[in-house]
Amino acid sequence: MTQSDGLARRIIPCLDVDRGRVVKGVRFENIRDAGDPVEIARRYDSEGADEITFLDISASHEGRDTMVDVVEQVAGQVFMPLTVGGGIREADDVRRMLRAGADKVAINTAAVHRPELVAEAAERFGSQCIVVAVDAKQVSQAEEPLRWEIFTHGGRRPTGLDAVEWAQRMAELGAGELLLTSMDRDGTRSGFDLALTRAVSDAVTIPVIASGGVGSLDHLVDGFIHGGADAVLAASIFHFGEYRIGEAREALVRAGIPSREVEAA
Amino acid sequence: MNRIAVIDYGMGNLHSMAKALEKVAPRSRVVVTADADELARADRIVFPGVGAMAACMSELQRLDLVETVRRLSRERPFLGVCLGMQALFGHSEESGGQAGLGILPGRVRGFSPELAETHGLKIPHMGWNRARARQDHPLWSGLDAPWFYFVHSFYCQPDRDEDVLAECDYGQAFCCAVAHENVVAVQFHPEKSQAAGLRLLSNFVEWRPETGARGGSRVA
Repeated sequence: MTQSDGLARRIIPCLDVDRGRVVKGVRFENIRDAGDPVEIARRYDSEGADEITFLDISASHEGRDTMVDVVEQVAGQVFMPLTVGGGIREADDVRRMLRAGADKVAINTAAVHRPELVAEAAERFGSQCIVVAVDAKQVSQAEEPLRWEIFTHGGRRPTGLDAVEWAQRMAELGAGELLLTSMDRDGTRSGFDLALTRAVSDAVTIPVIASGGVGSLDHLVDGFIHGGADAVLAASIFHFGEYRIGEAREALVRAGIPSREVEAA
Repeated sequence: MNRIAVIDYGMGNLHSMAKALEKVAPRSRVVVTADADELARADRIVFPGVGAMAACMSELQRLDLVETVRRLSRERPFLGVCLGMQALFGHSEESGGQAGLGILPGRVRGFSPELAETHGLKIPHMGWNRARARQDHPLWSGLDAPWFYFVHSFYCQPDRDEDVLAECDYGQAFCCAVAHENVVAVQFHPEKSQAAGLRLLSNFVEWRPETGARGGSRVA
């Protein structure tokens, strides 16, 4: 993070969507229904969120088709940047989401299986709309230097890939942004893995979104100050009405983090 | 009925732009099209685009739209957005050098890696930043140091200082909006910039350039 530019740090609420409904899993289990994606997106828009991210966690094709409709409806009503991830396997999936109204598409597992997909998609649609979701878990033991690996399948399957090296490789292949999630912290509400966030953020020159573990407004602030993140993503603290986007913004301002001034809607 | 055409040349997400225009101009007809006749029937033209300049130019050529876009940019209220702004200039540094439409004199440059290095800036310039108007213009009506959403790695450098409508800071001041006769163009995404963006689009829809360009008086 630097103070020498005018760019505001971003607050991004994330909506996990399963078959057209917003849900949020704690450690990807115990899913609670939190509502209608269009309605929730409108609320975040009126509260002045900087972007919205939808992660499609539907397992089926039908669920994916529903996601296209959701994106189309949201993009028709909410005039703010919209990122969609989950189930993106090939360049045509990227195209489908962009055509439906997404501004950016997050590629996750498919990038692990076929890294060239990132290059193909960046070439075809531009780096600015290609986000690579990096799901990392600490693999070093206590006493050892910190090390994280990429995991797939909701954090269950190790890949043997070093997270920092992977992040660099994705940036080289043309990713425009990284969505970095600590699988150790996701759903725990104990704060970001700041060492991971800092390690990745320092290793690449593209923006990094910190994700996984937010349970308080201080955690968001820490993500910028200690993690070096360009944006922070959180789900549950916003969904269940615990905090409003405006309160998160005030916390950033109090901490001296450049933040967009939003007129009350 | 007033017709607003969004040029559809396969470069990016036009759905949001069309919806945003429909929202600010409920009595206008918004069409998304690559058809030259349909474009010619429109009262106002929006030229959006995201992605790479080379692909943009080759798509315009493939669709035989180069001359149409040049002509419309002289005749109608014309709004370029993001890549649609960059393409108006004569030359871009992107991918080792690309020719643009040459509608406005100037060039498109990349944020330098050194600047990124010394200022610790990330490229692309992605997110919300503040635009400062350099001149009074109807496009900016009611906008006081607005925040807009940017996503880009290249920026426009007009030859004529008087074409610069607004600037933004990212390690350096850069031109983020231009205005020349009936052409206006912005580097940021008004269709993604919430209230400020909708205000700018609404200003464009209401705008009556003083030049010979038509604006909204046509009866369909």
